[in-house]
Amino acid sequence: MSQKVLIADDEPNILISLEFLMKREGYEVVVARDGQEAVNAIFKERPALVLLDVMMPIKTGFDVCHEVRAHEAVRDTLILMLTAKGRDTDVAKGLALGANAYMTKPFSTKELVQKVREMLGTSA
Amino acid sequence: MLSATLVIGVSFAYLLLLFAVAYFGDWRAAQGRSIIASPWVYALSMAVYCTAWTYFGSVGRAASSGVWFLPIYLGPMLAMTLAWMVVRKMIRIAKTYRITSIADFIASRYGKSPTLAGLVTLITVVGIVPYIALQLKAIASGYAVLTSPLGQPAVQSADWWSDSTLYVALALAGFTMVFGARHLDSTERHEGMVAAIAFESVVKLVAFMAVGLFVSFGLFASPVALFEQAYAVDALRKLLQFGQGQPFAYAQWLGLTLLAMLSVIFLPRQFQVMVVENVDEQHLRRAVWAFPLYLLLINLFVLPIAMGGLLYFGPGAMDPETFILSLPLSQGYNALALFAFVGGLSAATGMVIVEAIAVSTMVCNDLVMPLLLRMRRFGARASGDLTGLLLGIRRLAILIILLLGYLYFHLAGEAYALVSIGLISFAAVAQFAPAMLGGMYWKGGTRHGALTGLLLGFAFWVYTLMLPSLAKSGWLDDGFLHHGLWGVVWLKPEAFLGLTGLDNLTHSLFWSLLANVGGYVGVSLWRAPSARETSQALLFVDVFNRKAGARPVFWQGRAKVSALLPLAGRFLGAEQAQRLFAEYARREGVASIEHIPADARLVQFVETQLTGAIGSASARVMVASVVEEEPLDLDDVMRILDEASQLRAYSHELEEKSQSLERATTELREANEKLKSLDRLKDDFMSSVTHELRTPLTSIRALSELMRDDDHMDLAQRQQFLGIIVVEAERLSRLVNQVLDMAKIEAGHAEWHNAVVDMRELLEQASATMRETYRERGVALQLQLSTAVQPLWADADRITQVVLNLLSNAAKYAPRGSGQVHLSLKDSTDGIAVEVQDNGPGISQEQQSMVFEKFRQVSGDDHYRPGGTGLGLPISRQIVEHFGGHMWLHSSPGQGAVFGFFLPRQGVDAERTASTDQPLI
Repeated sequence: MSQKVLIADDEPNILISLEFLMKREGYEVVVARDGQEAVNAIFKERPALVLLDVMMPIKTGFDVCHEVRAHEAVRDTLILMLTAKGRDTDVAKGLALGANAYMTKPFSTKELVQKVREMLGTSA
Repeated sequence: MLSATLVIGVSFAYLLLLFAVAYFGDWRAAQGRSIIASPWVYALSMAVYCTAWTYFGSVGRAASSGVWFLPIYLGPMLAMTLAWMVVRKMIRIAKTYRITSIADFIASRYGKSPTLAGLVTLITVVGIVPYIALQLKAIASGYAVLTSPLGQPAVQSADWWSDSTLYVALALAGFTMVFGARHLDSTERHEGMVAAIAFESVVKLVAFMAVGLFVSFGLFASPVALFEQAYAVDALRKLLQFGQGQPFAYAQWLGLTLLAMLSVIFLPRQFQVMVVENVDEQHLRRAVWAFPLYLLLINLFVLPIAMGGLLYFGPGAMDPETFILSLPLSQGYNALALFAFVGGLSAATGMVIVEAIAVSTMVCNDLVMPLLLRMRRFGARASGDLTGLLLGIRRLAILIILLLGYLYFHLAGEAYALVSIGLISFAAVAQFAPAMLGGMYWKGGTRHGALTGLLLGFAFWVYTLMLPSLAKSGWLDDGFLHHGLWGVVWLKPEAFLGLTGLDNLTHSLFWSLLANVGGYVGVSLWRAPSARETSQALLFVDVFNRKAGARPVFWQGRAKVSALLPLAGRFLGAEQAQRLFAEYARREGVASIEHIPADARLVQFVETQLTGAIGSASARVMVASVVEEEPLDLDDVMRILDEASQLRAYSHELEEKSQSLERATTELREANEKLKSLDRLKDDFMSSVTHELRTPLTSIRALSELMRDDDHMDLAQRQQFLGIIVVEAERLSRLVNQVLDMAKIEAGHAEWHNAVVDMRELLEQASATMRETYRERGVALQLQLSTAVQPLWADADRITQVVLNLLSNAAKYAPRGSGQVHLSLKDSTDGIAVEVQDNGPGISQEQQSMVFEKFRQVSGDDHYRPGGTGLGLPISRQIVEHFGGHMWLHSSPGQGAVFGFFLPRQGVDAERTASTDQPLI
């Protein structure tokens, strides 16, 4: 059974590319277009991993991360944060809030796939 | 009529209550929670000015001469409102140099002269004893009215041991000894006593007003009815007029007011409560209006009671000075009469207690001590603790003063009305005014001048006021009154040098003060002041000019700590002296008492402490006896002063330097803060720009990589991806352009090609440009332009940029297919307003304030991202503001949005002249 990946980003074009990429790698994909949708989807769909954008409307990626880690039921969801803000402080904040990994936009699709595979424990 | 037992019982109970209040005050002070550290208590304690004289005498005076009771209270009101600066200076001087009496104040100012101190004390005692007698008389006659049948003269008891007045005097002496001379303190403050006095002030005010209300509203229908009745009687009508049927006596009115002004400042008891017992100089601020208010309140019912008594009893039937008791008694209101008596008792005891404390301090320090210290047994070289002796002397002095008062009362009391006795005392005290005021404000006043002035003034007072009053009471042959001394007519005491037309008080005041001021100023000018007088004059007159540390110390010689410490111990107690020295050592930053440098400052410190206990003159003698002094001459004084001013200038300079450093530091800190916040802004801007650049790059890179990695991707998919890549690349270049544009405008490097602009034409062209976009999105664009528009001076391209930005925003947010956008133009004399209205989702209140900020895009429903850069509106606003206009937004969610801008014609004209020939770089 293929693992489920949630993609949360408010940029439709990024969403299109990530969805295509994850589907190509054989994952089941769910999408969310803002922070609140992402939280709802995490509770409903229980994805194994979330590709989480930081700058989203309604709730930021940081908020989502914080909320997920606070709930017993979804605490173990893997989170890979994606941000267009490359500042060290943003990286540190994301990791401090409980993100498992962090990647800066624009990313290499190869590296992203590599990272996702690593995190989900599937071999290359 | 009340029983004697009841009246005596209540009186003693009241005195016990006073004891309790005073004891509580002292107890709280010992705990460090003073109850008198309040401006209200301070103002109330000043009301010790209102004695039995006020309480009983004012009514008497009002009944005999109408409004003439007023100047005695107008004076203090004027003095407090006009001369509070004088009082403040007195407080500062007294606190700085530990001066505890008016005698010491004068003596200290004029070179710490024991002679002067003694003379002032003598004048005080002579002047004040009748005043104390007056209080005893008031209590005695009040007692008599209460305990004898109404309207009958009181039965005078023949034997002194059955005279209640004697026991009153003794009881008051006891009270004063307990709370006024319990311990020796170098500041001579008595917290418990002040608390008791403030309490008494409340009691007498309430009691007097209670009787006043009773007369005004109980005995008569209302104050108006009372005065109407009084007006109907000829004799009473006269009392209520200033002139009283004769030309108004301005001189007398002025004289009385002046007298009262001087008394309220220079009476020993006023000096005690106002200056010596003052806790905080700031309290004076409230007392300045609270004390006059008190005087106003206590005088409010004087006339009603006087008129009421005269109307009720008829003139001459009853002593007006006891109306306050006899009126309630006549109606059977015994309790009210008793309360009124307690009020009078308050007024009398308050005065006697404070006056006795003040005068006993003076007698002890300025009369007895100088004599004692001359004796071998107590003198400078002797040893042994003298604190016990000092207290004993003070207690004895209190007893003697009260007994003297009793004696005077017994011998002369019957002859005079209360008011006359009081005024004689006032006139004596007024003699201190020239030496005091001159001493505080004129550096030229000398010891000889002060002595001469005081002696002359006192002599004139005795001759023109005191002796005539004695003669009138039958104690002297009154021949000199009518024919002059030795039969010389122009020596007549009440018409000196033929001066007539004044009443005897004004007459006496005129001559005594004239002689006093003349003697003081004349002699002061005649002889140059000595070094010590000069130094003290500097210290007094310039007391506000120097801070404690920078005050010059006028002393030179050699001293030893081992001699000064025991000296202080003799007068302050060994323990207290030890404590003071230890404190001094700590302030000086030395390890222990033995290490204190025995310099001029230490000598001055010890002398100041001793001054508090035994007066400045005695302290001077004592200190001089244990140190080796080198006499100061005038040059030394000037040199020391010079050094002190140099030191002061130096410290002033330092202070200024440190202040300017501080200012510079603050400025630097502010500049740094500003830079930091600018830096933060720039950082935020860079971070936003980075984010906006990376977002399209992300899509472009990801999609390109996907296509590269998959050779077999189907064509449709490939087309979609390529389409996205193109759109995102466009977005990227638009962003780059706008960021550059923004940066240019903000830095002032933008180019402006100004020309005459026809706004109507410009809008039509802009909407033509957007027509295709609108058609694609299915949005209708309607133009509502006023027909004839005055031309503007502006940059047409820039304005077009703004209009296109607004139109494209409207197109993006208006609903697809059913969108409606209105472009309107309004021309006015001020300028031109352009508005773009859409029927999109609108903008919520909280987002409205942000739309003009950089990189703030408003998301509509269903996360439709209009693909803007977040810089369009900020740039538009910059452009509009560049031309002196402004932009706005009106919107509510669901109602669409209206963006508009206004370009002023005037601003544009100004722009035209400013930049036609000088395009910005």
